[in-house]
Amino acid sequence: MTKKPDIKDLERIARDIRVDILKMLACAGSGHTGGSLSMVELLVGLYFYKLRCDPDRPLCETRDIFILSKGHGCPALYAVLAHMNFFKKEELCTLRKAGTRLQGHPQKGLPGIEASTGSLGQGLSVANGHALAARLDKDKKRVYCIMGDGELDEGQIWEAVLTAAHYKLDNVCGIIDNNKFQIDGRTEEIKNLEPLKEKWKAFNWEVLEIDGHDLKEVTAAYDKAETIKGKPTVIIAHTVKGKGVSFLENQNKYHGVAPTQEELERAIKELKG
Amino acid sequence: MEKKPTRDGFGEGVVELGAKRQDIVVLSADLTDSTRAGWFKKKFPERFFSMGVSEQDMISTAAGFALAGKRPFACTFGVFAAGRAWDQIRVSVAYMNLNVVIIGTHGGISVGPDGPTHQAIEEITLMRALPNMTVLVPCDAIEAKKATIASASHNGPVYIRLGRSGAPVITKPDDSFTMGRANVLKQGKDVAIIACGCEVYEALLAHDILKKEGIESRIVNLHTIKPIDEELIIKAARDTGAIVTAEEHTVMGGMGSAVSEVLSREYPVPVEFIGVKDRFGESGDPAELFKIFELTADDIVKAAKRVIERKKKE
Repeated sequence: MTKKPDIKDLERIARDIRVDILKMLACAGSGHTGGSLSMVELLVGLYFYKLRCDPDRPLCETRDIFILSKGHGCPALYAVLAHMNFFKKEELCTLRKAGTRLQGHPQKGLPGIEASTGSLGQGLSVANGHALAARLDKDKKRVYCIMGDGELDEGQIWEAVLTAAHYKLDNVCGIIDNNKFQIDGRTEEIKNLEPLKEKWKAFNWEVLEIDGHDLKEVTAAYDKAETIKGKPTVIIAHTVKGKGVSFLENQNKYHGVAPTQEELERAIKELKG
Repeated sequence: MEKKPTRDGFGEGVVELGAKRQDIVVLSADLTDSTRAGWFKKKFPERFFSMGVSEQDMISTAAGFALAGKRPFACTFGVFAAGRAWDQIRVSVAYMNLNVVIIGTHGGISVGPDGPTHQAIEEITLMRALPNMTVLVPCDAIEAKKATIASASHNGPVYIRLGRSGAPVITKPDDSFTMGRANVLKQGKDVAIIACGCEVYEALLAHDILKKEGIESRIVNLHTIKPIDEELIIKAARDTGAIVTAEEHTVMGGMGSAVSEVLSREYPVPVEFIGVKDRFGESGDPAELFKIFELTADDIVKAAKRVIERKKKE
């Protein structure tokens, strides 16, 4: 029996997470704004609704696993982990500063971070390894992995797509933060991925396509993915790069640029409405 | 003398481990019989994972296994492990200091007829550049078995370089093998020859030739390139004042470079390098290639004489 998500509550959390992401990026003076904001609902739906985890025992054996393959989006993950109390919220302002546990890309060691990532294309393979080990141990854990759409240019992703399908890893749930941009521009112009849904289907994955900012759809997709047996599931989440702040949305110059103090204030005003 | 490829030692070792420990898993990138991962597959099919010709995927998947508490061995040819999957080894394995053992077979030009694309001559350089990585180059099948077994209890990633061709069995099952501790096989005061892999046998042959000419050479089997046995290397330099390094690998950044890094900092003495000189391998019979690439005992003898001459001049 699945519990019902409290959508209003999740939406409130998502808004708070966005504020924290922008604050930490502005404080750091650098970092990946657009791709952090685009996956907020995907993370909130996962951590505050679906994922079995215990911030007091981050390595407890019965937990589910989350791998952030698009490591550059880590400000969003850090903010979520801090809200979950994996570590103190004050630590968020140390992002990217010397001596911090909040490295520019995720580093294992910070409570809640399951794998160091940042060099694109490796996370799904790591997730598969976890999933294969869980199967060997007859462990019911589920393994989630968020990839970027630009990241799908990496050949290793498709090697891992083959592996998960070959081993019928129904404990793996891939999530694509399909925000339609990569650092050089629109994904369709840099290297066209379409037809994306058909590609994953042809590789023997179950494909769910959702609005990645609609928490009702996000949580429903996580529930649905759990019921699919005999093959892995991928959720293609249509998202907006820079989502939530009008002057950041679909503005690719904020791929790897942090908001200024002035922009931060404007953004917070807008988010808090 | 009995000859046996070092990859066979891995095969025996990993089967022995598999029988004792349930956490041992083996991943293979389609060269299952060649790497001897197939020996494990035959005994423990449920713990063997075929990854297809996807070395990068194999390495990161092995990382996932390690994160889940398993002890994965990821097996392929050295060129495809250390070369093609270098970034995966760097980020997914070494950066997280995971217990992944990477088995790189077909190291060196002794691969023979398959030629340069399949002859790995750069793995020592590539692997020792990575923080947390341990690099082992066993000299024979017995040592390879010991290295395999030891690596499964080591904390952190290990790269084991193995060969394709039959290598003379020069160590004994009860000889000591400790990671990071080199073994002195022959004592000598005139020159020290520090070798790894199949060059250890060539060094032993060189020792006998030199002995006939009245030159006493110390032979060191440097099976662990990283962490390097600084103490033993410094002592060899102090005692002999002349060093020859011998490896079936490029001299650029390899074992000889690792030895020289220690010596130039701690106890500078003349060094001569036996190894592949900034070129690719080529097809051919391994014995013939050893002559072409100047990796034979005779080449080591010449290098020893050169370095002794240099010592005298200084």
